[in-house]
Amino acid sequence: MSLEAIAFWVLAVIACVSAVCVVSARNPVHSVLFLILTFFNAAGLFVLLGAEFLAMLLVVVYVGAVAVLFLFVVMMLDVDFVELKQGFLRYMPLGFLIALGLFAEMFLVGGAWLMPAQTHAIAPAGEAVTNAQALGRVLYTDYLVLFQLSGMVLFVAMIGAVVLTLRHRPNVRRQDVSKQVGRRRSEGVELKDVKSGQGLGGGLG
Amino acid sequence: MEIGLTHFLGVGAFLFTTGVFGIFVNRKNVIIILMSIELVLLSVNVNLVAFSRYLGNIEGQVFAMFVLTVAAAEAAVGLAILVTYFRNRGDIAVEDLNLMKG
Repeated sequence: MSLEAIAFWVLAVIACVSAVCVVSARNPVHSVLFLILTFFNAAGLFVLLGAEFLAMLLVVVYVGAVAVLFLFVVMMLDVDFVELKQGFLRYMPLGFLIALGLFAEMFLVGGAWLMPAQTHAIAPAGEAVTNAQALGRVLYTDYLVLFQLSGMVLFVAMIGAVVLTLRHRPNVRRQDVSKQVGRRRSEGVELKDVKSGQGLGGGLG
Repeated sequence: MEIGLTHFLGVGAFLFTTGVFGIFVNRKNVIIILMSIELVLLSVNVNLVAFSRYLGNIEGQVFAMFVLTVAAAEAAVGLAILVTYFRNRGDIAVEDLNLMKG
């Protein structure tokens, strides 16, 4: 057994087992942590496939952003998770049946399709191109419009998330930009004619 | 044993099935459903990268990147909706989610 095969089996088995733990864990915090483990192992599989850039992207985007977001929400929401777990056993047979059918279908499709025998190197031979370089050459030329559009998708999602969660509390002073800009000299400065030796008279002299 | 395309497709199929199973089993917990959707999208990524490697075409990895982008956006918006819903109702029961219809 080659080193590559051993690495594949270890990564694949841990990824699959932790994926099962994600959907069956009792505590949602454990679910998120198992999700992180799944993503790490999937990133390892990507490295085995020669997609180093995507592997690092998976670790940075998923483990660094999405999983932490999930963790925040799970810990922030004060929900009775024991109650939410009810019905797990009731839906188990149906879910198991559907999952089995789906897996059998995919297995049959995989068995019917003729797999390509040999692997090709992605980078053209004789030219030392890293995975990130090869990806960039395609991404910034052929897929430039789609690349910009995916940036737009992220932008819209960011604005949507901010708008959805923004809340105006009644007792908190907020910055009102239009009020600040519309402020005139007449309402900000008051001229007083102060007699010498008397001060302003009232409290604050 | 030589590791080939079939092995990676098997991992992808298993992750996809687990994700769908999770959606069916955790009918009451929206957070786990969102995590199951992430698992499904991850399995799609595994398939795309495996085919990209074994067909010698880098464009599969480009599409995997787009799937990654959409998954991140979906998680952000989904969790934002969840937080707003919890703030208004005090729980996250899926049965009452159709109350969100105007």
